[in-house]
Amino acid sequence: MAANPSRAPSAPAYDVERVRRDFPILNTMVNGHPLVYLDSAASAQRPLQVLRAVENYETHSHANVHRGVHALSQAATAAYEGARERVRRFINAGSTREIIFTRGTTEAINLVAQAWARNRLKADDEILITALEHHANIVPWQMVCEQTGCKLKVAPINRRGELEFDALLKLLGPRTRLVAVAHVSNALGTILPVERIIAAAHAAGALVLIDGAQAVPHARVDVRALGADFYTFSGHKLYGPTGIGVLYGRDELLSAMPPWQGGGDMILTVSFEKTTYNELPWKFEAGTPNISGVVGLAAAMDYVESLGIEAIAAHEARLLELATAELARIPGIELIGTAAHKAAVLSFTMKGVHPHDLGTILDAQGVAVRTGHHCAMPVMTFFGVPATARASFGCYNTQGEVAALVSALGKAREVFG
Amino acid sequence: MDLKDLYRDVILDHNRRPRNFGRIEAPDGRADGHNPLCGDQLSVFVRLAGERVEDIRFEGKGCAISTASASLMTEAVKGKDRAAIRELFERVHTLLTQADAPPDIGLGKLAALSGVREFPVRVKCASLCWHTLNAALEHGNATISTE
Repeated sequence: MAANPSRAPSAPAYDVERVRRDFPILNTMVNGHPLVYLDSAASAQRPLQVLRAVENYETHSHANVHRGVHALSQAATAAYEGARERVRRFINAGSTREIIFTRGTTEAINLVAQAWARNRLKADDEILITALEHHANIVPWQMVCEQTGCKLKVAPINRRGELEFDALLKLLGPRTRLVAVAHVSNALGTILPVERIIAAAHAAGALVLIDGAQAVPHARVDVRALGADFYTFSGHKLYGPTGIGVLYGRDELLSAMPPWQGGGDMILTVSFEKTTYNELPWKFEAGTPNISGVVGLAAAMDYVESLGIEAIAAHEARLLELATAELARIPGIELIGTAAHKAAVLSFTMKGVHPHDLGTILDAQGVAVRTGHHCAMPVMTFFGVPATARASFGCYNTQGEVAALVSALGKAREVFG
Repeated sequence: MDLKDLYRDVILDHNRRPRNFGRIEAPDGRADGHNPLCGDQLSVFVRLAGERVEDIRFEGKGCAISTASASLMTEAVKGKDRAAIRELFERVHTLLTQADAPPDIGLGKLAALSGVREFPVRVKCASLCWHTLNAALEHGNATISTE
Protein backbone atom coordinates (compact mmCIF):
# COMPACT_ATOMS: atom_id res chain seq x y z
CA MET A 1 0.00 0.00 0.00
CA ALA A 2 0.98 3.65 -0.16
CA ALA A 3 2.96 3.36 3.04
CA ASN A 4 5.43 1.09 1.33
CA PRO A 5 7.08 2.89 -1.56
CA SER A 6 9.62 0.20 -2.40
CA ARG A 7 9.78 -0.90 -6.01
CA ALA A 8 11.65 -3.55 -7.85
CA PRO A 9 14.90 -2.03 -9.20
CA SER A 10 14.00 -3.12 -12.73
CA ALA A 11 10.65 -1.31 -12.71
CA PRO A 12 10.57 1.58 -15.20
CA ALA A 13 10.36 5.06 -13.71
CA TYR A 14 6.80 6.21 -13.21
CA ASP A 15 6.12 8.70 -16.02
CA VAL A 16 3.44 10.94 -14.56
CA GLU A 17 3.42 13.26 -17.59
CA ARG A 18 2.52 10.32 -19.81
CA VAL A 19 -0.23 9.33 -17.35
CA ARG A 20 -1.60 12.87 -17.41
CA ARG A 21 -2.02 12.73 -21.18
CA ASP A 22 -4.62 10.00 -20.62
CA PHE A 23 -6.79 12.42 -18.61
CA PRO A 24 -8.05 15.23 -20.89
CA ILE A 25 -9.96 16.90 -18.04
CA LEU A 26 -6.64 17.78 -16.41
CA ASN A 27 -6.13 20.38 -19.16
CA THR A 28 -9.09 22.38 -17.85
CA MET A 29 -8.43 25.97 -16.82
CA VAL A 30 -10.14 26.95 -13.57
CA ASN A 31 -10.49 30.64 -12.73
CA GLY A 32 -7.61 31.44 -15.05
CA HIS A 33 -5.30 28.80 -13.58
CA PRO A 34 -4.49 25.27 -14.72
CA LEU A 35 -6.62 22.81 -12.77
CA VAL A 36 -4.82 21.19 -9.84
CA TYR A 37 -7.11 18.29 -9.02
CA LEU A 38 -6.53 17.13 -5.45
CA ASP A 39 -9.93 15.55 -4.81
CA SER A 40 -9.54 12.01 -6.11
CA ALA A 41 -10.65 10.57 -2.76
CA ALA A 42 -14.07 12.10 -3.47
CA SER A 43 -14.07 11.01 -7.12
CA ALA A 44 -11.15 10.25 -9.39
CA GLN A 45 -11.02 11.45 -12.99
CA ARG A 46 -11.36 9.00 -15.87
CA PRO A 47 -8.71 8.24 -18.46
CA LEU A 48 -9.44 8.18 -22.20
CA GLN A 49 -9.27 4.39 -22.05
CA VAL A 50 -12.39 4.36 -19.84
CA LEU A 51 -14.18 7.10 -21.78
CA ARG A 52 -13.54 5.24 -25.05
CA ALA A 53 -14.63 1.88 -23.69
CA VAL A 54 -17.94 3.40 -22.58
CA GLU A 55 -18.37 5.25 -25.88
CA ASN A 56 -17.51 2.14 -27.85
CA TYR A 57 -20.05 0.09 -25.93
CA GLU A 58 -22.77 2.73 -26.32
CA THR A 59 -21.96 3.21 -30.02
CA HIS A 60 -21.65 -0.40 -31.12
CA SER A 61 -22.88 -2.90 -28.53
CA HIS A 62 -25.76 -1.59 -26.46
CA ALA A 63 -28.90 -3.63 -25.85
CA ASN A 64 -30.41 -5.12 -22.73
CA VAL A 65 -28.50 -7.99 -21.11
CA HIS A 66 -29.65 -11.59 -20.54
CA ARG A 67 -32.82 -10.90 -22.51
CA GLY A 68 -32.51 -11.59 -26.19
CA VAL A 69 -31.09 -13.81 -28.86
CA HIS A 70 -30.32 -10.92 -31.16
CA ALA A 71 -26.76 -9.90 -31.88
CA LEU A 72 -26.61 -6.73 -29.79
CA SER A 73 -28.13 -8.33 -26.73
CA GLN A 74 -25.53 -11.06 -27.00
CA ALA A 75 -22.77 -8.46 -27.38
CA ALA A 76 -24.03 -6.50 -24.37
CA THR A 77 -24.32 -9.66 -22.27
CA ALA A 78 -20.82 -10.72 -23.26
CA ALA A 79 -19.45 -7.30 -22.34
CA TYR A 80 -21.33 -7.27 -19.04
CA GLU A 81 -20.40 -10.78 -17.95
CA GLY A 82 -16.87 -10.35 -19.30
CA ALA A 83 -16.52 -7.35 -17.01
CA ARG A 84 -17.64 -9.47 -14.07
CA GLU A 85 -14.79 -11.85 -14.77
CA ARG A 86 -12.47 -8.81 -14.98
CA VAL A 87 -13.60 -7.71 -11.52
CA ARG A 88 -13.17 -11.24 -10.17
CA ARG A 89 -9.55 -11.28 -11.32
CA PHE A 90 -8.93 -7.75 -10.00
CA ILE A 91 -9.76 -8.74 -6.42
CA ASN A 92 -8.94 -12.45 -6.84
CA ALA A 93 -12.37 -13.74 -5.90
CA GLY A 94 -12.93 -17.46 -6.33
CA SER A 95 -15.87 -17.19 -8.69
CA THR A 96 -17.94 -14.65 -10.64
CA ARG A 97 -20.89 -15.88 -8.56
CA GLU A 98 -19.35 -13.82 -5.77
CA ILE A 99 -19.29 -10.53 -7.72
CA ILE A 100 -22.48 -8.49 -7.40
CA PHE A 101 -22.75 -5.20 -9.27
CA THR A 102 -24.29 -2.37 -7.25
CA ARG A 103 -24.61 1.41 -7.62
CA GLY A 104 -21.57 1.86 -5.43
CA THR A 105 -20.08 1.07 -2.05
CA THR A 106 -23.08 2.58 -0.28
CA GLU A 107 -25.54 0.29 -2.02
CA ALA A 108 -23.27 -2.73 -1.50
CA ILE A 109 -23.19 -2.11 2.27
CA ASN A 110 -26.95 -1.54 2.36
CA LEU A 111 -27.44 -4.82 0.50
CA VAL A 112 -25.55 -6.72 3.19
CA ALA A 113 -27.34 -4.77 5.94
CA GLN A 114 -30.79 -5.59 4.60
CA ALA A 115 -30.33 -9.03 3.03
CA TRP A 116 -27.95 -10.48 5.62
CA ALA A 117 -28.00 -8.55 8.91
CA ARG A 118 -31.67 -7.66 9.04
CA ASN A 119 -32.68 -11.29 8.50
CA ARG A 120 -30.28 -12.79 11.01
CA LEU A 121 -29.58 -10.45 13.88
CA LYS A 122 -31.55 -10.49 17.11
CA ALA A 123 -31.89 -8.04 19.97
CA ASP A 124 -28.82 -9.29 21.83
CA ASP A 125 -26.54 -9.28 18.81
CA GLU A 126 -23.91 -6.66 18.14
CA ILE A 127 -22.38 -5.04 15.08
CA LEU A 128 -18.90 -3.60 15.63
CA ILE A 129 -17.59 -0.67 13.59
CA THR A 130 -14.83 1.89 14.21
CA ALA A 131 -14.88 5.60 15.02
CA LEU A 132 -13.41 6.54 11.65
CA GLU A 133 -16.11 5.11 9.40
CA HIS A 134 -17.75 6.94 6.52
CA HIS A 135 -21.48 7.54 7.05
CA ALA A 136 -22.10 4.76 4.51
CA ASN A 137 -20.63 2.28 6.98
CA ILE A 138 -22.53 3.70 9.97
CA VAL A 139 -26.07 4.54 8.94
CA PRO A 140 -27.02 1.22 7.25
CA TRP A 141 -26.12 -0.56 10.51
CA GLN A 142 -28.05 1.94 12.60
CA MET A 143 -31.06 1.15 10.42
CA VAL A 144 -30.56 -2.57 11.09
CA CYS A 145 -30.35 -1.81 14.82
CA GLU A 146 -33.69 -0.02 14.61
CA GLN A 147 -35.18 -2.92 12.66
CA THR A 148 -33.88 -5.79 14.80
CA GLY A 149 -33.03 -4.25 18.17
CA CYS A 150 -29.35 -5.28 17.83
CA LYS A 151 -26.63 -2.95 19.14
CA LEU A 152 -23.98 -0.92 17.37
CA LYS A 153 -20.57 -0.88 19.06
CA VAL A 154 -17.82 1.54 18.06
CA ALA A 155 -14.10 0.86 18.47
CA PRO A 156 -12.23 4.10 19.28
CA ILE A 157 -9.36 5.81 17.47
CA ASN A 158 -6.42 7.74 18.92
CA ARG A 159 -5.35 11.34 18.27
CA ARG A 160 -3.30 10.26 15.26
CA GLY A 161 -6.44 8.79 13.74
CA GLU A 162 -5.35 5.17 14.22
CA LEU A 163 -7.65 2.42 15.36
CA GLU A 164 -7.17 1.42 19.01
CA PHE A 165 -6.77 -2.23 18.17
CA ASP A 166 -6.75 -3.47 21.77
CA ALA A 167 -10.00 -1.61 22.43
CA LEU A 168 -11.49 -3.29 19.35
CA LEU A 169 -10.44 -6.67 20.73
CA LYS A 170 -12.17 -5.87 24.02
CA LEU A 171 -15.39 -4.98 22.23
CA LEU A 172 -15.27 -8.17 20.21
CA GLY A 173 -17.27 -10.82 22.03
CA PRO A 174 -19.67 -13.73 21.67
CA ARG A 175 -22.49 -11.33 20.78
CA THR A 176 -20.54 -9.73 17.93
CA ARG A 177 -22.04 -11.02 14.70
CA LEU A 178 -20.44 -8.63 12.25
CA VAL A 179 -17.40 -6.38 12.18
CA ALA A 180 -17.74 -3.68 9.50
CA VAL A 181 -14.65 -1.53 8.98
CA ALA A 182 -13.02 0.70 6.41
CA HIS A 183 -9.87 -0.58 4.74
CA VAL A 184 -8.68 3.04 4.39
CA SER A 185 -10.28 6.06 6.09
CA ASN A 186 -11.57 8.63 3.60
CA ALA A 187 -11.29 11.54 6.03
CA LEU A 188 -7.92 10.72 7.62
CA GLY A 189 -6.12 8.43 5.19
CA THR A 190 -5.47 5.85 7.91
CA ILE A 191 -4.84 2.34 6.60
CA LEU A 192 -6.49 -0.11 8.96
CA PRO A 193 -4.90 -3.44 9.90
CA VAL A 194 -7.68 -5.38 8.21
CA GLU A 195 -5.79 -8.70 8.23
CA ARG A 196 -5.54 -8.60 12.02
CA ILE A 197 -9.14 -7.39 12.37
CA ILE A 198 -10.40 -10.24 10.20
CA ALA A 199 -8.37 -12.82 12.11
CA ALA A 200 -9.64 -11.53 15.46
CA ALA A 201 -13.24 -11.30 14.27
CA HIS A 202 -13.21 -14.81 12.83
CA ALA A 203 -11.69 -16.13 16.04
CA ALA A 204 -14.64 -14.56 17.87
CA GLY A 205 -17.08 -16.12 15.43
CA ALA A 206 -18.06 -12.86 13.69
CA LEU A 207 -18.20 -12.11 9.98
CA VAL A 208 -16.32 -9.16 8.49
CA LEU A 209 -17.37 -6.57 5.93
CA ILE A 210 -14.62 -4.34 4.57
CA ASP A 211 -15.48 -0.94 3.07
CA GLY A 212 -12.75 -0.83 0.47
CA ALA A 213 -13.85 2.32 -1.40
CA GLN A 214 -10.62 4.17 -0.53
CA ALA A 215 -8.36 1.11 -0.69
CA VAL A 216 -8.76 -0.39 -4.15
CA PRO A 217 -7.31 2.66 -5.96
CA HIS A 218 -4.12 2.43 -3.88
CA ALA A 219 -3.43 -1.19 -3.13
CA ARG A 220 -3.73 -4.64 -4.58
CA VAL A 221 -6.65 -6.25 -2.81
CA ASP A 222 -6.89 -10.04 -2.69
CA VAL A 223 -10.17 -10.88 -0.99
CA ARG A 224 -9.25 -14.54 -0.55
CA ALA A 225 -5.86 -13.81 0.97
CA LEU A 226 -7.54 -11.30 3.28
CA GLY A 227 -10.27 -13.76 4.17
CA ALA A 228 -12.93 -11.04 3.98
CA ASP A 229 -16.51 -12.26 4.10
CA PHE A 230 -17.79 -9.17 2.29
CA TYR A 231 -15.73 -6.54 0.48
CA THR A 232 -17.26 -3.43 -1.11
CA PHE A 233 -15.95 -0.71 -3.40
CA SER A 234 -16.95 1.92 -5.97
CA GLY A 235 -15.94 2.39 -9.60
CA HIS A 236 -15.56 6.15 -9.56
CA LYS A 237 -12.76 6.20 -7.01
CA LEU A 238 -10.87 3.74 -9.19
CA TYR A 239 -10.83 5.98 -12.32
CA GLY A 240 -14.10 4.40 -13.49
CA PRO A 241 -17.64 5.72 -13.91
CA THR A 242 -20.01 6.85 -11.15
CA GLY A 243 -23.07 4.77 -10.38
CA ILE A 244 -21.27 1.45 -10.42
CA GLY A 245 -19.77 -0.49 -7.56
CA VAL A 246 -19.12 -4.01 -6.39
CA LEU A 247 -20.15 -6.24 -3.55
CA TYR A 248 -17.92 -9.25 -3.13
CA GLY A 249 -19.40 -11.87 -0.82
CA ARG A 250 -18.39 -15.43 -0.12
CA ASP A 251 -20.56 -17.79 -2.16
CA GLU A 252 -21.79 -19.68 0.88
CA LEU A 253 -23.03 -16.45 2.52
CA LEU A 254 -24.61 -14.96 -0.60
CA SER A 255 -26.30 -18.28 -1.43
CA ALA A 256 -27.98 -18.33 1.96
CA MET A 257 -29.17 -14.73 1.73
CA PRO A 258 -32.61 -13.89 0.35
CA PRO A 259 -32.83 -11.36 -2.50
CA TRP A 260 -33.15 -7.76 -1.36
CA GLN A 261 -34.89 -6.30 -4.40
CA GLY A 262 -37.37 -8.06 -6.61
CA GLY A 263 -37.88 -7.63 -10.33
CA GLY A 264 -36.61 -8.76 -13.68
CA ASP A 265 -33.35 -10.68 -14.07
CA MET A 266 -33.30 -11.88 -10.46
CA ILE A 267 -35.87 -14.64 -11.10
CA LEU A 268 -35.92 -18.02 -12.83
CA THR A 269 -39.69 -18.41 -13.05
CA VAL A 270 -42.58 -16.22 -11.98
CA SER A 271 -46.19 -17.18 -11.49
CA PHE A 272 -48.76 -15.57 -9.21
CA GLU A 273 -48.50 -18.57 -6.91
CA LYS A 274 -44.76 -19.05 -6.72
CA THR A 275 -41.62 -17.34 -7.92
CA THR A 276 -38.21 -18.97 -7.95
CA TYR A 277 -35.10 -16.86 -7.68
CA ASN A 278 -32.17 -16.77 -10.02
CA GLU A 279 -28.72 -18.13 -9.27
CA LEU A 280 -25.86 -16.03 -7.98
CA PRO A 281 -24.88 -13.40 -8.83
CA TRP A 282 -28.06 -12.37 -10.67
CA LYS A 283 -30.24 -13.05 -7.62
CA PHE A 284 -29.03 -9.69 -6.29
CA GLU A 285 -29.25 -7.74 -9.56
CA ALA A 286 -32.92 -6.95 -10.10
CA GLY A 287 -33.75 -4.81 -13.11
CA THR A 288 -31.65 -3.64 -16.02
CA PRO A 289 -28.18 -2.96 -14.64
CA ASN A 290 -25.76 -0.12 -15.34
CA ILE A 291 -24.19 -1.92 -18.30
CA SER A 292 -22.03 0.92 -19.59
CA GLY A 293 -20.88 1.59 -16.02
CA VAL A 294 -19.78 -2.02 -15.72
CA VAL A 295 -17.95 -1.79 -19.05
CA GLY A 296 -16.23 1.40 -17.85
CA LEU A 297 -15.29 -0.21 -14.55
CA ALA A 298 -13.61 -3.12 -16.33
CA ALA A 299 -11.70 -0.65 -18.52
CA ALA A 300 -10.63 1.26 -15.41
CA MET A 301 -9.25 -1.96 -13.91
CA ASP A 302 -7.35 -2.64 -17.14
CA TYR A 303 -5.98 0.89 -16.97
CA VAL A 304 -4.89 0.70 -13.34
CA GLU A 305 -3.16 -2.62 -13.96
CA SER A 306 -1.46 -1.24 -17.07
CA LEU A 307 0.18 1.41 -14.86
CA GLY A 308 0.72 -1.11 -12.08
CA ILE A 309 -1.06 -0.54 -8.80
CA GLU A 310 2.18 -0.85 -6.85
CA ALA A 311 3.74 1.83 -9.08
CA ILE A 312 0.72 4.11 -8.53
CA ALA A 313 0.93 3.53 -4.78
CA ALA A 314 4.65 4.30 -4.71
CA HIS A 315 4.09 7.48 -6.73
CA GLU A 316 1.32 8.61 -4.37
CA ALA A 317 3.44 7.78 -1.31
CA ARG A 318 6.17 10.11 -2.61
CA LEU A 319 3.61 12.90 -3.08
CA LEU A 320 2.17 12.29 0.38
CA GLU A 321 5.61 12.46 1.96
CA LEU A 322 6.45 15.67 0.11
CA ALA A 323 3.10 17.33 0.86
CA THR A 324 3.22 16.33 4.53
CA ALA A 325 6.67 17.89 4.89
CA GLU A 326 5.69 21.04 2.97
CA LEU A 327 2.48 21.61 4.92
CA ALA A 328 4.30 21.12 8.22
CA ARG A 329 6.37 24.19 7.34
CA ILE A 330 3.35 26.48 6.94
CA PRO A 331 2.50 28.29 10.19
CA GLY A 332 -0.99 27.54 11.50
CA ILE A 333 -1.53 24.36 9.51
CA GLU A 334 -2.62 21.38 11.56
CA LEU A 335 -2.78 17.95 9.99
CA ILE A 336 -5.82 15.92 11.03
CA GLY A 337 -4.87 12.28 10.68
CA THR A 338 -1.21 11.43 11.17
CA ALA A 339 -1.33 7.64 11.27
CA ALA A 340 1.90 5.72 10.75
CA HIS A 341 0.27 3.88 7.85
CA LYS A 342 -1.55 6.26 5.54
CA ALA A 343 -2.89 6.45 2.01
CA ALA A 344 -2.37 9.64 0.04
CA VAL A 345 -4.93 11.76 1.89
CA LEU A 346 -4.06 14.97 3.76
CA SER A 347 -6.78 16.43 5.95
CA PHE A 348 -5.87 19.72 7.56
CA THR A 349 -7.03 22.97 9.08
CA MET A 350 -5.47 26.43 8.97
CA LYS A 351 -5.64 28.53 12.10
CA GLY A 352 -7.99 31.48 11.72
CA VAL A 353 -9.30 30.36 8.32
CA HIS A 354 -12.44 28.26 8.13
CA PRO A 355 -12.06 25.27 5.75
CA HIS A 356 -14.89 26.61 3.63
CA ASP A 357 -13.03 29.88 3.06
CA LEU A 358 -9.88 27.89 2.40
CA GLY A 359 -11.74 25.90 -0.27
CA THR A 360 -12.87 29.08 -2.03
CA ILE A 361 -9.40 30.67 -1.91
CA LEU A 362 -7.77 27.51 -3.26
CA ASP A 363 -10.41 27.20 -5.98
CA ALA A 364 -9.73 30.78 -7.06
CA GLN A 365 -6.22 29.54 -7.85
CA GLY A 366 -7.42 26.43 -9.64
CA VAL A 367 -6.69 24.08 -6.74
CA ALA A 368 -9.57 21.64 -6.11
CA VAL A 369 -9.70 20.21 -2.59
CA ARG A 370 -12.60 18.84 -0.63
CA THR A 371 -13.81 20.90 2.31
CA GLY A 372 -16.40 19.83 4.84
CA HIS A 373 -17.02 16.86 7.07
CA HIS A 374 -16.20 14.25 4.39
CA CYS A 375 -19.31 12.22 5.29
CA ALA A 376 -17.55 11.36 8.54
CA MET A 377 -19.12 13.71 11.07
CA PRO A 378 -18.12 11.56 14.08
CA VAL A 379 -14.47 11.94 13.00
CA MET A 380 -14.84 15.73 12.92
CA THR A 381 -16.46 15.66 16.37
CA PHE A 382 -13.61 13.51 17.71
CA PHE A 383 -11.01 16.01 16.54
CA GLY A 384 -13.12 18.97 17.67
CA VAL A 385 -13.33 20.62 14.26
CA PRO A 386 -16.48 21.43 12.26
CA ALA A 387 -14.75 20.53 9.03
CA THR A 388 -11.37 20.12 7.40
CA ALA A 389 -9.82 20.77 4.03
CA ARG A 390 -8.64 17.57 2.38
CA ALA A 391 -6.14 17.16 -0.40
CA SER A 392 -5.98 13.67 -1.88
CA PHE A 393 -3.61 12.36 -4.53
CA GLY A 394 -4.10 10.04 -7.46
CA CYS A 395 -2.06 8.48 -10.22
CA TYR A 396 -1.93 11.75 -12.20
CA ASN A 397 -0.81 14.23 -9.53
CA THR A 398 2.61 15.81 -9.63
CA GLN A 399 5.16 17.37 -7.32
CA GLY A 400 4.42 20.66 -9.10
CA GLU A 401 0.83 20.35 -7.92
CA VAL A 402 1.99 19.93 -4.33
CA ALA A 403 3.89 23.20 -4.82
CA ALA A 404 0.71 24.80 -6.23
CA LEU A 405 -1.19 23.71 -3.13
CA VAL A 406 1.45 25.19 -0.86
CA SER A 407 1.45 28.45 -2.80
CA ALA A 408 -2.36 28.63 -2.70
CA LEU A 409 -2.29 28.11 1.06
CA GLY A 410 0.16 30.99 1.29
CA LYS A 411 -2.38 33.11 -0.54
CA ALA A 412 -5.03 32.16 2.03
CA ARG A 413 -2.69 33.31 4.80
CA GLU A 414 -2.18 36.56 2.92
CA VAL A 415 -5.93 37.20 2.49
CA PHE A 416 -6.76 36.45 6.12
CA GLY A 417 -3.64 38.04 7.57
CA MET B 1 -13.29 36.25 -9.83
CA ASP B 2 -11.32 38.35 -7.43
CA LEU B 3 -10.76 37.14 -3.90
CA LYS B 4 -10.37 40.73 -2.68
CA ASP B 5 -13.93 41.31 -3.85
CA LEU B 6 -15.20 38.51 -1.62
CA TYR B 7 -12.95 39.00 1.37
CA ARG B 8 -13.19 42.77 1.72
CA ASP B 9 -11.71 44.45 4.77
CA VAL B 10 -15.15 44.93 6.32
CA ILE B 11 -15.83 41.19 6.00
CA LEU B 12 -12.46 40.20 7.44
CA ASP B 13 -12.89 42.67 10.31
CA HIS B 14 -16.36 41.37 11.23
CA ASN B 15 -15.09 37.79 10.96
CA ARG B 16 -12.25 38.51 13.36
CA ARG B 17 -14.31 40.62 15.74
CA PRO B 18 -17.96 39.70 15.31
CA ARG B 19 -20.33 42.31 16.77
CA ASN B 20 -23.24 41.35 19.03
CA PHE B 21 -21.74 37.92 19.54
CA GLY B 22 -23.29 35.93 22.40
CA ARG B 23 -26.70 35.00 23.74
CA ILE B 24 -29.71 36.78 25.14
CA GLU B 25 -31.16 35.07 28.18
CA ALA B 26 -34.93 34.47 27.93
CA PRO B 27 -35.20 35.90 24.40
CA ASP B 28 -38.52 36.70 22.77
CA GLY B 29 -37.38 34.74 19.76
CA ARG B 30 -34.52 32.42 18.90
CA ALA B 31 -33.74 30.14 16.01
CA ASP B 32 -30.92 27.81 15.01
CA GLY B 33 -29.58 27.78 11.47
CA HIS B 34 -27.55 25.00 9.95
CA ASN B 35 -25.74 24.61 6.67
CA PRO B 36 -25.05 20.86 6.45
CA LEU B 37 -22.87 21.34 3.38
CA CYS B 38 -20.08 23.06 5.30
CA GLY B 39 -21.12 22.56 8.92
CA ASP B 40 -21.96 26.21 9.59
CA GLN B 41 -24.16 26.52 12.66
CA LEU B 42 -25.52 29.66 14.19
CA SER B 43 -28.18 30.71 16.66
CA VAL B 44 -29.93 34.08 16.57
CA PHE B 45 -31.56 35.59 19.69
CA VAL B 46 -33.88 38.60 19.63
CA ARG B 47 -35.53 40.75 22.26
CA LEU B 48 -38.56 42.62 21.00
CA ALA B 49 -40.25 45.82 22.05
CA GLY B 50 -43.56 45.45 20.26
CA GLU B 51 -42.72 45.13 16.59
CA ARG B 52 -39.23 46.47 17.07
CA VAL B 53 -36.04 44.44 17.55
CA GLU B 54 -34.65 46.03 20.68
CA ASP B 55 -31.65 43.71 20.99
CA ILE B 56 -30.16 40.95 18.86
CA ARG B 57 -27.24 38.60 19.35
CA PHE B 58 -25.87 35.57 17.60
CA GLU B 59 -23.45 32.79 18.30
CA GLY B 60 -22.15 29.84 16.41
CA LYS B 61 -19.36 28.53 14.24
CA GLY B 62 -18.96 29.26 10.62
CA CYS B 63 -16.85 30.48 7.75
CA ALA B 64 -15.82 34.10 7.40
CA ILE B 65 -18.73 34.90 5.10
CA SER B 66 -21.36 33.48 7.42
CA THR B 67 -19.83 35.02 10.55
CA ALA B 68 -19.34 38.45 8.98
CA SER B 69 -22.78 38.41 7.41
CA ALA B 70 -24.38 37.59 10.76
CA SER B 71 -22.37 40.29 12.50
CA LEU B 72 -23.28 42.90 9.88
CA MET B 73 -26.90 41.81 10.03
CA THR B 74 -27.16 42.31 13.78
CA GLU B 75 -25.81 45.85 13.44
CA ALA B 76 -28.17 46.61 10.59
CA VAL B 77 -31.42 45.34 12.12
CA LYS B 78 -31.05 46.48 15.72
CA GLY B 79 -33.75 49.04 16.43
CA LYS B 80 -35.74 48.25 13.27
CA ASP B 81 -39.26 46.85 13.19
CA ARG B 82 -40.29 43.60 11.51
CA ALA B 83 -41.51 45.26 8.32
CA ALA B 84 -38.28 47.20 7.87
CA ILE B 85 -36.25 44.01 8.50
CA ARG B 86 -38.27 42.11 5.89
CA GLU B 87 -37.62 44.85 3.39
CA LEU B 88 -33.91 44.87 4.24
CA PHE B 89 -33.72 41.08 3.79
CA GLU B 90 -35.24 41.48 0.31
CA ARG B 91 -32.59 44.02 -0.60
CA VAL B 92 -29.76 41.88 0.79
CA HIS B 93 -31.11 38.89 -1.11
CA THR B 94 -31.07 40.90 -4.32
CA LEU B 95 -27.53 42.03 -3.54
CA LEU B 96 -26.38 38.44 -3.00
CA THR B 97 -28.04 36.83 -5.99
CA GLN B 98 -28.57 39.30 -8.85
CA ALA B 99 -25.45 39.93 -10.88
CA ASP B 100 -26.96 42.92 -12.68
CA ALA B 101 -28.51 44.57 -9.62
CA PRO B 102 -27.77 48.32 -9.51
CA PRO B 103 -25.76 49.49 -6.50
CA ASP B 104 -28.00 49.82 -3.44
CA ILE B 105 -26.51 52.84 -1.72
CA GLY B 106 -28.79 52.64 1.31
CA LEU B 107 -27.42 49.28 2.41
CA GLY B 108 -24.39 50.81 4.08
CA LYS B 109 -21.86 48.29 5.33
CA LEU B 110 -24.03 45.38 4.16
CA ALA B 111 -22.97 46.31 0.62
CA ALA B 112 -19.60 44.74 1.45
CA LEU B 113 -21.33 41.39 0.81
CA SER B 114 -21.86 42.17 -2.89
CA GLY B 115 -18.76 40.14 -3.84
CA VAL B 116 -20.52 36.97 -2.72
CA ARG B 117 -22.65 36.87 -5.89
CA GLU B 118 -19.54 36.02 -7.91
CA PHE B 119 -19.24 32.86 -5.78
CA PRO B 120 -22.63 31.13 -6.10
CA VAL B 121 -21.79 28.26 -3.73
CA ARG B 122 -21.16 30.82 -1.00
CA VAL B 123 -24.52 32.62 -1.21
CA LYS B 124 -26.00 30.27 1.37
CA CYS B 125 -23.20 31.16 3.79
CA ALA B 126 -24.22 34.81 3.63
CA SER B 127 -27.98 34.24 3.72
CA LEU B 128 -28.09 31.64 6.50
CA CYS B 129 -28.23 34.29 9.26
CA TRP B 130 -31.07 36.15 7.56
CA HIS B 131 -33.17 33.01 7.20
CA THR B 132 -32.43 32.21 10.83
CA LEU B 133 -33.45 35.70 11.97
CA ASN B 134 -36.61 35.36 9.90
CA ALA B 135 -37.42 32.10 11.68
CA ALA B 136 -36.75 33.67 15.08
CA LEU B 137 -39.14 36.53 14.28
CA GLU B 138 -41.83 34.40 12.63
CA HIS B 139 -41.96 31.38 14.86
CA GLY B 140 -40.31 32.41 18.08
CA ASN B 141 -38.36 29.16 18.19
CA ALA B 142 -37.28 27.16 15.20
CA THR B 143 -34.52 25.28 13.43
CA ILE B 144 -33.82 25.91 9.79
CA SER B 145 -31.46 24.39 7.29
CA THR B 146 -30.06 25.60 4.00
CA GLU B 147 -30.50 22.18 2.41
